[in-house]
Amino acid sequence: MAMTITEKILARAAGKPAVKAGDLINARIDMIMCHDVTTPPAISMLKKRGIDRVFDPDKIVVTPDHFQPAKDIPSAELHKRLDRWAREKKIRYYYPLGRAGVCHALLPEQGHIRPGEVIVGGDSHTCTYGAFAAFSTGIGSTDLAAAIASGVLWFKVPASMKFVLNGTLPDGVCSKDVILEIIRRIGTDGALYRAMEFVGPALKQMSMEARMTITNMAIEAGAKSGVIGFDETVRAYLDGRLKGKTDYIVFESDADAEYISTEVIDCSSLEPMAAFPHLPSNGKPISECAGLPMDQAYIGSCTNGRMEDLRLAAGVMKGRKVKIRTIIVPATPQIWKQMLDEGLAEIFYEAGCVISAPTCGACLGGFMGILAEGERCISTTNRNFVGRMGHPKSEVYLAGPALAAASAVEGKLTDPRRFL
Amino acid sequence: MAKAHVYKRDHINTDEIIPARYLNTDDAAELGKHCLEDLDPDFVKKCRPGDVIVAGDDFGCGSSREHAVWAIQAAQVGAVIAHSFARIFYRNCINGGFYPIELPGALEKIRDGDVLEIDYQNGTIHNKTQGQIIRFTPLPDFALDIIKDGGLLEHIKKTMKLNA
Repeated sequence: MAMTITEKILARAAGKPAVKAGDLINARIDMIMCHDVTTPPAISMLKKRGIDRVFDPDKIVVTPDHFQPAKDIPSAELHKRLDRWAREKKIRYYYPLGRAGVCHALLPEQGHIRPGEVIVGGDSHTCTYGAFAAFSTGIGSTDLAAAIASGVLWFKVPASMKFVLNGTLPDGVCSKDVILEIIRRIGTDGALYRAMEFVGPALKQMSMEARMTITNMAIEAGAKSGVIGFDETVRAYLDGRLKGKTDYIVFESDADAEYISTEVIDCSSLEPMAAFPHLPSNGKPISECAGLPMDQAYIGSCTNGRMEDLRLAAGVMKGRKVKIRTIIVPATPQIWKQMLDEGLAEIFYEAGCVISAPTCGACLGGFMGILAEGERCISTTNRNFVGRMGHPKSEVYLAGPALAAASAVEGKLTDPRRFL
Repeated sequence: MAKAHVYKRDHINTDEIIPARYLNTDDAAELGKHCLEDLDPDFVKKCRPGDVIVAGDDFGCGSSREHAVWAIQAAQVGAVIAHSFARIFYRNCINGGFYPIELPGALEKIRDGDVLEIDYQNGTIHNKTQGQIIRFTPLPDFALDIIKDGGLLEHIKKTMKLNA
């Protein structure tokens, strides 16, 4: 029976020769991601029910990220609960403050994501890891508790939608523009319950970092997962990086596998985009929206807080000054260090930006850059819902790092190609 | 007397159901005080125990925060009826023993303030204000089993013998 890569990964995890879309399965979990907001309640649930156990302390990665360093007493209490549990259960891969980072940047960077595996995390953007030819999906605290204790979760095998990325990205256009264009076309529930499978020649020119920006936002189209097949770029990224088990299984979709839809994107025709409030599907090409005044720029997050993103932003800001509050958030300590080593911190400082510790922080309206009533923020994050970054009457505009940096320099939505 | 609170909106997201500024706690009672705050600041004041939220497509989209379900439960909402639900929210409801009612066209059939009586066994909503019986497709058996057991953890505790 012909299967998609998603069906093959889930069949293996279910111990079955084959599964098809719609099947209900119990899947063995290969890796679990735990952070400071959704994991403490999961731990409490298990304790309350007398099933306070961990199925495998080597298959769990723990990092506080949403409110770290702790922003107030309640979040400090969340961190304390997470820390005590991680130490008590001897979680092998625990990244406390100093090594903690934005989870979806940290796990791949630290070599915890392997192709062919089933990965779950107590965070909706867990779909990011699908860029490594894995099945990866976000879950709530109860599912997280069940996965931590049993190592097994039920899933309905998703049908797959194919997205063919043709052409090549023009200068100044990035992978964020590709995913914003896809979500613009299909809507924020256009892939509800589905797996989004990305294929096509344009992927060849994209690094793992750029690809992760695409799979990261699969959830913004309502998808269960986003996936990109294995190739040399994946292999090169993983070589020498994987921790623990260094071998992995490579699955690929059969040529005659079934897709419920196919969407073709001509990447050559894209231009930089900004998604207007209050949905990620409100993308507009910059030629139609340049000039709108902004109050803040935010460059960071699990979508665009990696090294390549910071280089794009610094490329625009070099030798220039920002006109609005600009917050740079390297997503992990390693990125923070590399940013210093490469001289990007100097560029950001000279431009008038502030550089934050790795944190999810203001992306979700937590802290470190909250918006006041009526303020507008150009942001490299993934959501622009009502009140997402602060006051319910503030506005978030989503874009790639070059567009955000150009808009910071001009104080208004600006085409980054002016600064190439 | 379950009253309908109708929001003629699609994509009511988890940031509107429980804003992240309250995610520094997982205390359900505290979360319940802020249920739907950024969508309707008066909701908690208006909602009586057992009342029903009615909305359009893609209810609960966004974050995986189960805090959204806990906030709704703690505000003593009896049910959420929506044209469709976002995947993680839907799953979180079932896992927490809370029944999400998927009803395409709900916004045409239920008006704000209508009095509703829901029969989960038979999959019917009696709209007493309008004198109509509305049918919905009940959850599949495996999901009903989880809800009957009081949520996923009770369910797996029973089925997987985790204490062993």
